[in-house]
Amino acid sequence: MSQLSSSVAALRTAFGDAVERALVSCGDSIVYVRPERVHDVLQWLKTEPGQTFDYLTDITAVEYRDPELLLEVVWQLRSLERKADLRVKAALDKQAPLEVRSVYDLWRGADWLEREVFDMFGVVFTGHPDLRRILMWETYAEGYPLRKDFPLRGHFSRAEQTRQALAASPETHYSLTELSIASAYHELPKDMRERLRRGERGFLK
Amino acid sequence: MGLKEQEARAEEQQFTTVSTVSPNWVTTRLDFLVNWARKNSLWPMPFGTACCAIEYMATAASRFDIARFGMERQSFSPRQADVLICAGRLPFKLAPVIRRIWDQMPQPKWSISMGACASSGGIFDNYAMVQGIDTIIPVDVYVPGCPPRPEGLMYGIRLLQKKIEGESITDDDLREEHLVSPSGLFLPAARVDELSEPFGNSVHQTRNA
Repeated sequence: MSQLSSSVAALRTAFGDAVERALVSCGDSIVYVRPERVHDVLQWLKTEPGQTFDYLTDITAVEYRDPELLLEVVWQLRSLERKADLRVKAALDKQAPLEVRSVYDLWRGADWLEREVFDMFGVVFTGHPDLRRILMWETYAEGYPLRKDFPLRGHFSRAEQTRQALAASPETHYSLTELSIASAYHELPKDMRERLRRGERGFLK
Repeated sequence: MGLKEQEARAEEQQFTTVSTVSPNWVTTRLDFLVNWARKNSLWPMPFGTACCAIEYMATAASRFDIARFGMERQSFSPRQADVLICAGRLPFKLAPVIRRIWDQMPQPKWSISMGACASSGGIFDNYAMVQGIDTIIPVDVYVPGCPPRPEGLMYGIRLLQKKIEGESITDDDLREEHLVSPSGLFLPAARVDELSEPFGNSVHQTRNA
């Protein structure tokens, strides 16, 4: 169980020094990759015969309490065919803009996962088609809640937080895309289309 | 006893005896009658967001059965509801939702804050959570517990019924709508801050911690 995944050696031959250190933690293989090559590495892992990591389990990020340590973006991969797992990490310099290329073109499921990492950590995934906040509301202005410099109770006073929350319109939390009917929009009845276009959810006479 | 006295007594009795002719009638205080009707036909609007909602479901189901207290019908429409039961934590994202549901409910209406999170934020003293729904809507009864057992909720409901017994239909203040003021808050800002102060074990944390 504590063996390093054979994919790591294969990665080293394919990508050379773009692949940094690799380790085994609790039986899981972790490989660090240079951030600018992450997309290439993940594409290779997905499509290369013998690797076939076709399922993207999760994307997340880790920030350590020690300010010296870099912020890590984590991709957890799974090969459904081979029943194998691999964790790919890319360490980002917190002084520079937090940017890494989106893998939306490889796995459509990366859409919301990347939005969540952006929402909580402020990591910008370049090439993502719709990078908005997903858990916090879109006008949320206090920052990125899971960053270590974010106070537990937020930056604003409770009164200000409550005021902003009450000022929000419940309807605007959901866009057409989120309701998953954007593609079926033209098949909807005319009155429903009209209401959705106006952003309404009921009749007003 | 003279004849005149007997006639007078018969006349007096005519005014004091209850009529035996159907339909019968009774006299009572109007407040008593109205409150009796209201307290025994409370239709709850369940606003269940977390584990308290599970206990609420148990309370509504056959073993505990809040239909015994006149809550026969769960009203999933605020327009036909009398009492809003917030069962569970309320994140800021849901604050405008519960506020709108409360505004949609017609008078007379009451609310029960069920559990520690709805009443005070509970263990969730963080950036995402409302620190007590009383900063969003008026609350009549707080039920403590994490989550409260069905007995706890039923005790809260009985307390609310007792509260309704003491109301008066001539007291307009009771039926006054407390809307969100132009300042954007339902309570004064200082009051919201005071209610949201940390308590218990979390006092050691400052705002910058």
